[in-house]
Amino acid sequence: MTKEERLKKRHQAEKRFRFYGLTSIFVALLFVVILVQNIFSKGSSAFKKTVITTEIFFDQELLEIQNGASEEDIMEADFYDLMIENLIKAYPAKDRDEEDELLRLFSGDAEIEIKKAFLKDNNLIGKTITLDLTASDDIDQLHKGNYPRDLPEERRRISDFQLVIYDYFVENKKISKNFNNYFFNNGDSRDPELAGIGGALVGSFYSILICLLLAFPVAVLASIYLEEFAPKNKITDFIEININNLAAVPSIVYGLLALQILLATIQLPRSTPLVAGITLALMTLPRIIIPCRASLKAVPPSIREGALAVGASKFQSVFHHVVPLALPGTLSGTIIGLAQALGETAPLILIGMVAFVVDIPSSPVDPSSSLPVQVYLWSESAERGFVEKTSATIMMLLTFLIIMNFVAVYLRQKFEKRWN
Amino acid sequence: MNIVLIFLISIFSISLFFYGKSKTKTISIKDNIKLNALPKFYGYYLVLWCSIPALVFLLVWSLFEPTIIKSIIIETAANQGAVFNDKNEANLIYEKIKAIHLGTYFGDIDSILKESALAYAKFINLFTNSKVVLIFGIIIASVVYSLKKIRNNNKARDDVEVILKGLLFVSSLIAILTTLGIIFSLLFESIKFFSVINIFDYLFGTNWSPQRAFVRDASSITAAEYEELKDAFGFIPLIAGTSFIAFIAMLVAVPVGLFSGIYMAEYASTKVRRVSKPIIEILAGIPTVVYGFFAALTVGPFFRQVGENLGLTVSSESALAAGLIMGIMIIPYVSSLSDDVINSVPQSLRDGSYAVGATKSETIKQVVIPAALPGIIGSVLLAVSRAIGETMIVVMAAGLAANLTINPLESTTTITTQIVMILVGDQEFDSPKTQSAFALGLTLFIATLVLNYIAQRAVKKYREKYD
Repeated sequence: MTKEERLKKRHQAEKRFRFYGLTSIFVALLFVVILVQNIFSKGSSAFKKTVITTEIFFDQELLEIQNGASEEDIMEADFYDLMIENLIKAYPAKDRDEEDELLRLFSGDAEIEIKKAFLKDNNLIGKTITLDLTASDDIDQLHKGNYPRDLPEERRRISDFQLVIYDYFVENKKISKNFNNYFFNNGDSRDPELAGIGGALVGSFYSILICLLLAFPVAVLASIYLEEFAPKNKITDFIEININNLAAVPSIVYGLLALQILLATIQLPRSTPLVAGITLALMTLPRIIIPCRASLKAVPPSIREGALAVGASKFQSVFHHVVPLALPGTLSGTIIGLAQALGETAPLILIGMVAFVVDIPSSPVDPSSSLPVQVYLWSESAERGFVEKTSATIMMLLTFLIIMNFVAVYLRQKFEKRWN
Repeated sequence: MNIVLIFLISIFSISLFFYGKSKTKTISIKDNIKLNALPKFYGYYLVLWCSIPALVFLLVWSLFEPTIIKSIIIETAANQGAVFNDKNEANLIYEKIKAIHLGTYFGDIDSILKESALAYAKFINLFTNSKVVLIFGIIIASVVYSLKKIRNNNKARDDVEVILKGLLFVSSLIAILTTLGIIFSLLFESIKFFSVINIFDYLFGTNWSPQRAFVRDASSITAAEYEELKDAFGFIPLIAGTSFIAFIAMLVAVPVGLFSGIYMAEYASTKVRRVSKPIIEILAGIPTVVYGFFAALTVGPFFRQVGENLGLTVSSESALAAGLIMGIMIIPYVSSLSDDVINSVPQSLRDGSYAVGATKSETIKQVVIPAALPGIIGSVLLAVSRAIGETMIVVMAAGLAANLTINPLESTTTITTQIVMILVGDQEFDSPKTQSAFALGLTLFIATLVLNYIAQRAVKKYREKYD
C-alpha cells in the first residue's frame, strides 16, 4: 500500500466516524419527532366530541314537576321517560329492537344533559328545544374516522342498522363535533365519551403543591447548611453521600417506603394527593438539593467576604447576600424537580392512586388520581375511545412539562448573574 | 383539629413577635440600657421558642397516635370478648370499630363492637384533650422561659442564629432519615418474608409464581404448605428478565448515546450543539409512562406485525419492544454524561496526538476515549442502574409471567413489574406474597446502590486524575 492509499483510507475512516456520530444524534432527534407526532395524531381528536342534534319536547305528562320548579325539585325529578320518548323520535325506528339500537347511539348522560337544559331555563314545559346531546363512544369514534366501518358486522361494535341511522344523521346534518368540555371537567368514567381528566388535574395539582411546600423549604435550608455552614467532617460527608445516593434510588422504592411508613404505620388515607405529595417530596428532595447547592457554590466568595467585612454576621452574609443571588438557580432547579415529580407514576400506583375515582377531589385528603396515573389506567382499557383520551392526557402532561421547563430556563437566563 | 392547633400556634407566635419587639424597645428606653441586639431579634427569638417545641411535639404525637390507639382498641375489644385468630382479623375489627365511630358502618353491630366503639370514642376524646393540654403546657413553659431570657437582655441575635443553624442542620438530616426509612421499611417486611421462605430458595429458585401463595398468614404455614410455597418465589427468572431487558436497552443506548456524546464534544459547532443538546435531553424529561404507552400501543403491535410478515411469532409484549424503548429513554443519560467526561479530557492530550499527525477520529479513538474510559464506564453503569430500576415502561410493555428465555421476541418480566403487580389492588398484609414485593424492593435497592457506588467512584477517580 502506498502512502497516498493509506492516507486516503485514514481519511475515509475519519469521514465514517463522523457520519456515525451525526447518525446517532439524528436517530435520537428522529425519535423525539416520531413520539410527539404519534401522540399528537392519536390525541388531537379527543379535544372534540361528537354530538347529535336532537329535538326535545318537554311533555308535562312525562314529568312530575311544573314550570318554575325549584332547583332541588328538578335535581330530584325523573327525566328518564322524557328522554326515551324524545330520543326515539330522532330516527323513524320500526320496532322495539330498533329503538334500543337507536338509544345506544347516545351517551349514558343524555338524561342528565336534558335535565341541565331544564335547570338553565325552568319554563320549558310545553316547549320544544334543540339540544346537542353527546353521542356514545362508538359513534364518536366512527364520526372521527378512528373506527373502520368496512369490517364484517360480527367484528364491529356498531351494528349495520346503527350505521344506517348514523348515515341518516350525517345526511340530515344532525351530527357534528363540538368542543369536548367533558374531557376537562369530568372525572374518570367507564364510558370513554364521558371520561375526563378533571379529577386527575386537580389531584396532580394538589400533589405537586404539597410536594413544593414540603420539598422546597427543606431542600433550600439543607443546601444552605451543607454549602455555607457545615463543618468538613464525617457527618457532613455522610449526608452528602446519602443525598447523591437517594437521587439515584429507583422511584418505585419510594412507593414501597410510602406504603410501609405513610400508609401502614402513620395510617394516612390511601389514594390521596396528601400521601402522593409527601412521597413525591421525599423523592424530589435530593434532586432539588443538588442544583441548589450548585447555584450557592456559584456565588463567588468575595460576596460573603464583603458582607463579613462591613460587620454582618455569618447568617446575615448568607441570608442577605448569598441566598438572594443564588435564588434564580435555586428556583429553576426546583421547577425542574417538580416537573419530574409531575410525570412520576410508579410510586403513586403503589400508594393506591390507581383506584377508580369518579368524583373530583375537593381537598388533598380525598381519593384522587393524577395525570400520569390516569394515562396508565386508560392505556389498560380496551375501549378504542380511551386511546385518544390517553394520548390527549399525555399532550396535556407534556404541555405542562414544557411550560415548567421554559419557566426554569427563563428564570436562569434572565435573572442569574454571570460572575466571570 | 391539628389544623386549628397549627393556626393557633401561628397566631400566637406572630403576636409574640410584636410583643417582644415593642417590649424590648420600651425596656431600653425606660431603663436606659443598651440592648444586645436589634429589637426585632427579640421578636424572632420569641417566635422560635413559641412555635418550634409545640410543632415538633404535635408532629411526633401525630406520628404515634394512630398506632397506639389501635393497639389499645384491639386489646379492649379482646377484653370485651372479641375473637380474632390473626393480625388481619384484628385489623378488620379495628376498621369496623372506627367505621362505627364515624357512622359509616352499615353492617350488623353486636354488643362487643358497640362497647368497643364507645371505648374508641372515649380514647379519641382522651387523646385529643391531652394533646391540647400538653401543647398549651409546652407553649406556656417555653414562652415563660424565653420571656425571662429577654428581660435579662440576652444576645438575641446570636441565640436566634444558633436555633436557626440547628434548624438548617435538621433539614439536612432529612436525607438521612429518608434513607433510614427506606432501609427499615424494606428490611422489616423482608425479614418477615425470609423467616418463611429460605433466603437460598429465594435467591436460587428458578420459578416465580407468587399467585400460588394463597396462605394468608405467614406464621401458620405447615410443612406441606411450605413445600408448595418454597418454589413459588424463585428470584432467578426475574433477575434474568431484568438483565435481559436492560441489556437490550444498553445495546441501543450505549452506541447511540456514546456516539452522540462524542460528536457533540468533538465535532459539533456551538450552534449545532446549542440546538441538538436540549432536544436530546427532552428524551430524559418525557415521563416514563409516556414511553410505556408508546411501547405498548405502537411499538409492540408494530413488531408483531413485522414478525407476522416475516413468519415469526412475536409476542406483543416482547422483551425487544420494552428494551428498545427503554434504550431510547436512556440515550440522554449516556450522551450528556460522556459529553461532560470527554470535555474534561485536557486539550494537551489532543494537541500531542495531532502533532504526531493523527486525524481527529484517530485521536478520539486512541487518545481521548482511553483517557476518558473510567468516566465513560461510570456513565454506562449509571445508565444500567436507571434501566433496572425503571418501572412504567416494563409494567406497560413487558410481560407479567416470569419465564426464563433469551429470545427477545418472547415476553419476559422484571423485578419492578412484579413489585407493581403484587402491590396493586387489595393487599393482604402479612402474606408471603405481599412481603415478597418488599424483598424484591430490597434486592433492587441494593443492586442500584452498588452500581451507583461503583459508577460514582469511577467518575470521581477520573475527575481527580485531570483536575
